[in-house]
Amino acid sequence: MSYFIDRRPNARNKSAVNRQRFLKRYRAHIKRAVEESVNRRSITDMERGEKVSIPSRDISEPSFQHGPGGRRTIVSPGNKQFAEGDRLRRPSGGAGGGGSGEGQASNQGEGVDEFVFTLSREEFLDFVFDGLALPHLERKQLRVLEETRPVRAGISKEGVPARINIVRSMREAQARRIGMRAPLKRALREAQEALAAEERQDPVLRNPARIDELKSEIERLEKRIAAIPFLDTYDLRYNHLTHQPMPSNQAVMFCVMDVSGSMTQAHKDIGKRFFLLLYLFLERNYEKVELVFVRHHTVAKEVDEEEFFYSRETGGTIVSSALTLVDRIIEARYSPEQWNLYVAQASDGDNWDDDSATCLKLLDESLMAKLQYFTYVEITPHAHQALWDAYATIKTAYPERFAMEQIVQAEDIYPVFRELFRQRAES
Amino acid sequence: MTPRKPIATGSDWNFETLERYEQAIAELAREYRLDTYPNQIEIITSEQMMDAYASVGMPVGYHHWSFGKQFLSVEQAYRRGQMGLAYELVINSDPCIAYLMEENSLMMQVLVIAHACYGHNSFFKGNYLFQTWTDASAIVDYLVFARKYVAQCEERHGVEAVEQLLDACHALQNYGVDRYKRPSPISAEAEARRQEEREAYLQTQVNTLWSTIPERAAPLADHLLPDSENDPLGLHRHGRYPSEPQENLLYFLEKNAPLLEPWQREIVRIVRKLAQYFYPQRQTQVMNEGWATFWHYTLMNRLYDDGLIDEGIMLEFLQSHTSVVSQPDYDSPYFGGINPYALGFAMFSDIQRICQAPTDEDREWFPEIAGSDWLDTLHFAMHNFKDESFIQQFLSPKVIRDLKLFSLVDDDRDDSLQIEAIHDDRGYRRIREALSVQYALSAREPNIQVWEADIRGDRSLTLRHVQDRRRPLGQSLFPVLRHLHQLWGFPVKLESIENGDTVRRYQWPIPETGRESA
Repeated sequence: MSYFIDRRPNARNKSAVNRQRFLKRYRAHIKRAVEESVNRRSITDMERGEKVSIPSRDISEPSFQHGPGGRRTIVSPGNKQFAEGDRLRRPSGGAGGGGSGEGQASNQGEGVDEFVFTLSREEFLDFVFDGLALPHLERKQLRVLEETRPVRAGISKEGVPARINIVRSMREAQARRIGMRAPLKRALREAQEALAAEERQDPVLRNPARIDELKSEIERLEKRIAAIPFLDTYDLRYNHLTHQPMPSNQAVMFCVMDVSGSMTQAHKDIGKRFFLLLYLFLERNYEKVELVFVRHHTVAKEVDEEEFFYSRETGGTIVSSALTLVDRIIEARYSPEQWNLYVAQASDGDNWDDDSATCLKLLDESLMAKLQYFTYVEITPHAHQALWDAYATIKTAYPERFAMEQIVQAEDIYPVFRELFRQRAES
Repeated sequence: MTPRKPIATGSDWNFETLERYEQAIAELAREYRLDTYPNQIEIITSEQMMDAYASVGMPVGYHHWSFGKQFLSVEQAYRRGQMGLAYELVINSDPCIAYLMEENSLMMQVLVIAHACYGHNSFFKGNYLFQTWTDASAIVDYLVFARKYVAQCEERHGVEAVEQLLDACHALQNYGVDRYKRPSPISAEAEARRQEEREAYLQTQVNTLWSTIPERAAPLADHLLPDSENDPLGLHRHGRYPSEPQENLLYFLEKNAPLLEPWQREIVRIVRKLAQYFYPQRQTQVMNEGWATFWHYTLMNRLYDDGLIDEGIMLEFLQSHTSVVSQPDYDSPYFGGINPYALGFAMFSDIQRICQAPTDEDREWFPEIAGSDWLDTLHFAMHNFKDESFIQQFLSPKVIRDLKLFSLVDDDRDDSLQIEAIHDDRGYRRIREALSVQYALSAREPNIQVWEADIRGDRSLTLRHVQDRRRPLGQSLFPVLRHLHQLWGFPVKLESIENGDTVRRYQWPIPETGRESA
C-alpha cells in the first residue's frame, strides 16, 4: 500500500518562475534598494548578492480581518498568579493584551516590519546594470575581423587524411565498383554461357578452338574484375572546412590614472571604484576582458593593479605621456581588429600647460579611431582646467564614443556611471 | 512476545531500512484500525522542500508572485538559521503524498512516516470535514488542470491581466467557501471537458440576469421595502437580489459579476475550488496535528516495546517529541499563541486516559466516555468533529489545569483588562467555551456576506458585515474592497451591522466628497 520514490534527482528551482514574478512586480522597490546599496558599499563587494528589504505594507496580500477594538476574549496558557476577577493594566503596546491567541496579531501590527530577502549575485548585477548598454557594441561585432574560426562547409575531394569522411568515401567506392564491374560481369556471364553450350554439345561436334578462345576470354574477364580496386584515390572524400570571420568577443580595458602629487588617496579610491564598476560591466558583456593599468605623472608607466592603486608618486602631470603609452601598447599587443578597446581615465584635471593641445591632437588623429569608447572622469570639486576644455572638443567631434563627467565625491560614481552608459534610444 | 532485533540502529538510513520500518508501522497501524489512503513517500532535498513550502502545500501550482514571495522569505529564514524546515509535508491526496527530507536522521524518517503517513493520512481519510469538502483522488489532477488553464490565459491575455485577477481573487479566497452546502466533488477531467460549455453557459446566464428584469421574488417583509411614498409605482417591490444573503463571495462573483469575461470567471472558480480544498485544514489544525502527534507517539513507543528500535533512537525521539509538544507560557519570550501540537496531543492523550483510568471528575464530566473502549472513542472523536466542536466536547478540566489556561477579556470600553476565568471549578466551562470560540472560523474571520446587487439601479454591490461584540474591520478592508471592485466592475459598498443597526459604512471607490463613514 505504500511506496517510496526518490525525488532527489528531480529538478530543483520549481519556484524560479514565481521568484522572477515577484522580482518583476517589485522591480521599482528592489532597484531603489540596489542603488542605495551600491552607493553605500565598497565596490569590491560588488561580487556578492544583496539583502533587500521592502516595507511589508507594500507587498501585503490583503484580506478581511478584524481590527483592534471591541470586546475580545483571549485564552492563554501558563497562568501563574491570576485569580478570577483580577484587573490588569492594559500594556502600553495597544490593545494586544497578554498575547493574542491567534496568529492574527502579527497581521495587525503596525506596518513597520520589513520583508527581507536576498538577491543572488546575478540578480543583483542585473539590477545594478539594468538599463545600461555598452555604446556601439554592435558596430564592432559586425565589422569583418581578422580573427576567424573554422566551420564545416560540405564535402570536398581534396583534403588531409585527418579529415577523411569515411562514410562518404565508402559510398563513392561502392558506386564506382558497381559501375565498373557491371559490363565486365555481363560479358563474363555471356562467355560462361557460350562455353557451357559448347561443352554440352556432342564431343564430335565441339570446336576446340572456340572453347580455348572462350576460356582465355573468361580468364581475362575474371582478372579484370579482380583488378578493380576496393578503394581508389578518387573515391576519397574529405570534410571541408572554411574559415569564417568571427566577431571579436574580447575586450581590453585601459585604466589610466593620474598619480601626481595633487591626487590624494581619496581621489584614487574614487577612481578605483569607477574602474571596477566599468570592469564588472564589461565582464558581463564580453567573454574575456583584459586589464591594462597605466599610471602617469610626467612620465607614464604600465604597472600591475596593486602598484596602480596604492603606490605613491609625486611630481607634475603630463597626460599625453599616458595616451602615447596606451597608443603604443595597442600597437604592440591589441590589434583593434581583434579587440574591443576601452579607455577609462581618471584625473583631477591638472595638466601641464601646453600638454592639453598635444592630448587633443593625439586623441583626434590616432587613438579615437581605434577605440570603442573613451570615458573620462574628473575627480575634483574645483573649476575645470585646460584638459577638460580640450576633451570637450573631442566630445563634440565624437559624441557617440567619448564621454566625460565630473565626480565630486564617492556617492556620485554610480549616478555618473549610469549617465555615461545610459541606454541610448537609438544609437 | 520475545523482543525482536532492532531493524536498524544509528542515524543513517537507506531505502531498505525505511521500507522495513514502514511495513512494521503499517502492521501496528492496522492493529489500531488506522484506515489510510495508500502512501506515496517521496524523498527530497532541502531545496525541494523549500519549493514545496512555497507552494503552500500544493504539489503543482499555477504561477503567481505571492508564491515567489513565500519562497524568498522561507529561503531567507532558512539561510540565516532562523528557522529549521519542517521535517515533513503531507498532502491530502489519494495516494497521500508525504515528503521526507534527505537530511533527516533515521529516527526522524521513522517519526515522519508514523506522523504523516499514518497520522495525518488517516485523519484526511476519516474526518467528516475532509470527506465532505475535499476529494483526495481528484486534487492533483485538478491542480494540473488549474496550472494549465492559468498558463493558457497568461498566453492569451497577458501575464499582467491574469496576475491582477488572481490578486483580487486571493484577497477574497477565505470567502470562497460554501460553509453549509456540500460542494460537488471536483474532477479535473470533467472540469476540462465542461469548462468550454460552462464558459458559454455562464455568460448566457449572466446576460439573462442583466438584460431582463428577474421574476418577482418572494415579497419582502414590509419594513424592508421603501415606503410607498417614495416609490408610488412599486418599482422597487421586486425584492432584493439575491433574495438570501450569500456567504460565498467568489461564487457569487463567478455567477453574477456583470463584466467578467468567461476566462475570468473560470479563474475565479479555480481560486474558489482551491480555497474549498484548504477549508477543512484551516478548521482542524488542533485535531489534525494532535491526532498525528498522538499516533507517532503511540507507534514509536510500540516500536520500542517490540524491540524494533533501540534506546538510542528512542531517546532521540523523546527529545524531539518533547520539543514539538512544548507549550511556552503566555509571558515567555517564545510564546507564539497556543501550540496546536501541544493542545491536540494533550487532548487526545487525555481522552485515552479518561477511557482507561477515569477519575471521579472524569465520570462527572464525561459520563458517556469514561471507562469506554479508548480506541473506539478516539476514532469517534477524530471522525466527527472540527477544532471548535472538538474542544467544546472534549477539553477536560485536567488539560485546562495542566496547561494552566486562563481567559482574559479585552474590552476597549474598559481601561483595564479583566481575568474572566482561570483553571478552577468555576472557570472550566467558561474557558472551554472561550477556547472553542477562539477556534471557530466564524469568530476568527469577520462575517461578511453579499447583501444586495442593485441590478435595477446603479449596479452597485452591497456587502453586509455582521459585527460581533463591536469588533470592527481592520484597515486591510480598503485594499480588499478595491479588489472586489475590480471584479464587480461597479461601486462596492460595505455595511457593518450590529444588533440590527448599521454602525459603519464603507464604499469603494471612495466618493468625491471624501470618506463616507458614519
